[in-house]
Amino acid sequence: MRDVAILGIGQTRFGELWDRSFREIGIEAGFQALVDARLSSQDLGALYLGNMASGSLIAQEHIAPLILDYAGLAGHHFGAIRVEGGGASGALALHEGWLAVASGAHDFVVVGGAEKLTDVPDTEANRVASGTADHEWEAVFGATLPALWALVARRHMHEYGTTREDLARVAVHAHEMGAKNPNAHYRNRLSLEAVLGASPVAEPLGMLDCAPLSDGAAAIVLGPLERARKFTDTPIRLAASQVACDTMALHHRRDMTTLDSTVVAAKRAFAQARRTAADVRVAEIHDAYTISALVALEDLGFVDKGRAGPEFASGAFGPTGKLTVNTSGGLKAQGRPFGAVGVAQVVEIVRQLRGEAGDRQVSGAELGLAHDVGGTGATSVVHLMERVN
Amino acid sequence: MSIARFWRETPVRYNLGGCRCPTCLTVYFPPRSVCPVCVQHRSSIGRLEPFQLSGEGEVVSYTVVHDAAEGFEMQVPYALAIVKTREGPQLTAPVVDIDPSEVRIGLKVRATFRKLREEGKAGVIHYGYKFAPMDDVHRPPERPTQSETAPSTAPTAVASESRA
Amino acid sequence: MPLYRITPAEIGRVWGTDGAAMGAALGVRRKSVPAPDEDTITISTEALRTALIRGKIDPQEIGALYVGSESHPYAVKPTASVVAQAVGATPNLTASDFEFACKAGTAAIQTCLGLVGAEMVRYGVAIGSDTSQGAPGDALEYSASAGGAAFVIGRERVIAKIRHTLSYTTDTPDFWRREGQRYPSHGGRFTGEPAYFRHVTECAQRLMERAGTNPKSYAHVVFHQPNGKFPQRVGRMLGFTEAQMRYGLVTPQIGNTYSGAALIGLANVLDVAKAGEQVLMVGYGSGAGSDAFDIEVTDEINRFDRSYGTPVQQFLDGGVEIPYAVYAKFRGKIRMGGES
Repeated sequence: MRDVAILGIGQTRFGELWDRSFREIGIEAGFQALVDARLSSQDLGALYLGNMASGSLIAQEHIAPLILDYAGLAGHHFGAIRVEGGGASGALALHEGWLAVASGAHDFVVVGGAEKLTDVPDTEANRVASGTADHEWEAVFGATLPALWALVARRHMHEYGTTREDLARVAVHAHEMGAKNPNAHYRNRLSLEAVLGASPVAEPLGMLDCAPLSDGAAAIVLGPLERARKFTDTPIRLAASQVACDTMALHHRRDMTTLDSTVVAAKRAFAQARRTAADVRVAEIHDAYTISALVALEDLGFVDKGRAGPEFASGAFGPTGKLTVNTSGGLKAQGRPFGAVGVAQVVEIVRQLRGEAGDRQVSGAELGLAHDVGGTGATSVVHLMERVN
Repeated sequence: MSIARFWRETPVRYNLGGCRCPTCLTVYFPPRSVCPVCVQHRSSIGRLEPFQLSGEGEVVSYTVVHDAAEGFEMQVPYALAIVKTREGPQLTAPVVDIDPSEVRIGLKVRATFRKLREEGKAGVIHYGYKFAPMDDVHRPPERPTQSETAPSTAPTAVASESRA
Repeated sequence: MPLYRITPAEIGRVWGTDGAAMGAALGVRRKSVPAPDEDTITISTEALRTALIRGKIDPQEIGALYVGSESHPYAVKPTASVVAQAVGATPNLTASDFEFACKAGTAAIQTCLGLVGAEMVRYGVAIGSDTSQGAPGDALEYSASAGGAAFVIGRERVIAKIRHTLSYTTDTPDFWRREGQRYPSHGGRFTGEPAYFRHVTECAQRLMERAGTNPKSYAHVVFHQPNGKFPQRVGRMLGFTEAQMRYGLVTPQIGNTYSGAALIGLANVLDVAKAGEQVLMVGYGSGAGSDAFDIEVTDEINRFDRSYGTPVQQFLDGGVEIPYAVYAKFRGKIRMGGES
């Protein structure tokens, strides 16, 4: 396998993009990435498009060639492939793109992620999201996605003494960072009291513990590292790309408060990159619900099991911490267009490693991690990116 | 949800009909066609046997849902729990006949038969298990579990399906 | 029996009438209210599951299963087949739904008696169960409630022997619900003398005549009980005492469970009855008919497991009271978005 580099990045604003269609946002992100990579479209070998539920959300299947077509690239006849893995669809698409380039099957590929959630009512979008858990044995019995994560939260509180405030601090942090991100769905700061006082969704999670329903798209151009300097001044090596899966239903997990898929994906990723968790300076982690972020910090190896709440409270993962998480605002503030999330996380890490993150730039970022989750952890994807000197 | 999709699961949803691996004796719910424990040597494929759960269990985690799942809108707020059954398998279901704020980890529960959802006012009605707090009068006097009796003679709905 | 209860005072508060006085006049202190996820099918299933565990009966031995109700969840599609599937009685049985206003459950018992007596089935199941509704503000709303009881009819290990049964049926339009109508209609005071009282008294007297018994022969008597007052009055008319009616009268605490009413009264009697005691049960269904039963409690009752399952008395005493607004939501009386 050869080394793979990220040559270009693109991202639309995340949020309620009422006046923009699925195809428009998909194309915008893709062209940004191509322009950023100074790459001609005829050099491309394939498009991998991460998307969770276009059939349910916009009644359109077969969307990868759709985007290719409206990007004006249908005449090149290269392959366009949709990749689905619930909320981890974008990260999975990146994994597929990485495999294609690393294996030598293709030299240059575009990896996109796009989701249009506001073309259906919120209730419908939430119903579709619950399909990333086990429909027959969870959703049918009244489980929503936030309800399932609330079950994780309650058990985590029971076993480790995690508090409601510990959870709320994750949202406060996310909005603090989102306020500095022009692409973020939410750019307002939140007080701890506001999060604690928000109306309950699934106790202990309230409205402000949950990431919003957003539209958005992001894209990345990948190519072989050895040719990267031709296309970018700041190539970023995709040092590891790992996917791991677990039981579909939360109730079948070995341990309800641990995402084994994340644990395994992270271990494999650090082994692949010959790095450890201590080397990571900046990370985009899955915080669709505040509890998701605390569990992720533990499962990725950044903190001992059960200690994420107090460690987060100490500021260890804030802007001045040993590791800064979710500088983009995370899913919570930057937004949650399901299939776009995993790609946008990597886009943010690339910005940090290139030193292009503006007000939210962390100093000395040399190795970054992106962590995306489908459902309640049936799929986890971990990517490691490093600056090439 | 299509009628057939729900209908084919009725023995499982009505009666908590699980299955058991004849090799390692692990009990599964819902039924599986391959034993995840024995899958390495393929010995379980197609050989898992129907196994009736007692419906008794204990809450291992819970939430009170305010933003309802489809079909549960009229029941907000409702308690949803992961229940560890006496036979081992865990499952997710609402806990009814209790003030949702009184549900706790460790609460002993028993299965009860309830409506799960309706396909609108004119469509079919789906039924299945939910859980209610266990009380003294529903603790059966030392009913033997199926593992202590011969599974093939147990009067279970799953068994009757296979005989039909 | 559902968990929830509402009081006549609370109902009256909404409609601007003296609900407490209404309740006193009807002899109803509270009525049961089903949760949104309960209906005649779930109530019937829960009752039968308890009966099968108490009686140590293999559901596969059930040869007939009938559910009597005026609130079957489907107009077309049987309640009985769902119940049979849910208790594990399928597929080798006959199953059907009965409807005869409030006496469909007692009619089901008689049908089972015939099948069992003819040795066509080993066990027959008769269930009376309802989640009945009165129109908002109507007098019926103060009493129409939800609940059910299940009886297994057979020849072995009989705990209560049905020695005689007799019915009295006429065409008397005292109470009805037309196809497609949401709430029933009734003839007001016409539901009393020519309907309930005439049928119950005629049926009871004819049965006692046939059985060679008189009111003093019975330790307990159970009447259909659309409210708390009618059964007490009919009991006095027939010569029964308060003591004989004590356990058979459940409507004051739970309201009128329609097809379940007399059967829940009988279940309460059997919860406390001693071997050798005789019981008279007289059901009534509008439209109109009565089914009377002369029953003798056997020695087998001493070996029967009455400890499993909620005793009727606990249902009468327990429950959680809810306000009218919650009741209206639970009973689907609020028009929701997306409904035509």
